[in-house]
Amino acid sequence: MKAKIYITYKDGILDPQGKTVGGALNSMGLSNIHDVSIGKFIEMKFDSKLSKEQVVELTEQSCKKLLANPNTEQYSYDILDEE
Amino acid sequence: MKKVAIIVFPGSNCDHDAFYVINSIGNVKVDFVWHKDSDLSLYDVIVIPGGFSYGDYLRAGAIARFSPIMKSIIAESKKGKKIIGICNGFQILIECDLLPGALIINKNIKFLSKMICLDVVNNESAFTHLYKKGELISMPIAHRQGNYLADLELVRRLEDNNQIAFRYHSQNLNGSVSDIAGIFNENKNVLGMMPHPERASDPILGSDDGLNIFKSILDF
Repeated sequence: MKAKIYITYKDGILDPQGKTVGGALNSMGLSNIHDVSIGKFIEMKFDSKLSKEQVVELTEQSCKKLLANPNTEQYSYDILDEE
Repeated sequence: MKKVAIIVFPGSNCDHDAFYVINSIGNVKVDFVWHKDSDLSLYDVIVIPGGFSYGDYLRAGAIARFSPIMKSIIAESKKGKKIIGICNGFQILIECDLLPGALIINKNIKFLSKMICLDVVNNESAFTHLYKKGELISMPIAHRQGNYLADLELVRRLEDNNQIAFRYHSQNLNGSVSDIAGIFNENKNVLGMMPHPERASDPILGSDDGLNIFKSILDF
């Protein structure tokens, strides 16, 4: 199994990269795009012996303890069976 | 004679500056301590220097926070030992929750390297007692993630408890809330600051305004 993890800024936290890229898209003529936000994408693969519950638990712990900063960031993830 | 530990992580790059400055004050024993060590009980003062520990991977300070030495730093902080984190050291102290809030990317997304002016807000701490209250001091900043972030409640708590050590004077380049440049923990034995006092501790560098921080700690 693998986890695809998405980390983004919480609402209300300044995201200057997102703002700048959003401005660039608009100035290219791609209008009607607003609220661009830039985050991180992390993929983790797991030992095949693990159950889905164990994979979810490991992913949750990884996000909580290291991958995301709880003060400024939120996370979500998808757990997938590996192709 | 006071004993000072300067913690060295892979990617620290202000460790030798801090060593030079503190050692030059005299009557002090300064050691480099590798981040894989685990005992700091013999030291009076712990310095977490600037740099790019672990290449700033993930978030600045996020991975250094899990180095073996951090358990000892947290334990010594509870005993009231004096701990100063400069720049990346400040980021590490925030990541390990010894200091509150967060440091995010500068508001203009640029790495800022510039001489700036600071207000000494609290001159009654172990780190700042040789300054006058409201004294203006010059030292450089050099960071990309130095935009101090805290909600209004935390800012009020920091103000009420005199935990704001330094504020940016007139020029707040990174966007920090309430112009905050450096804060203490509640007990005032831990200081984190984005500006670099060790790079302003010798007149040949254009300012020695930072020297009093290190003199203050050793004098306390």
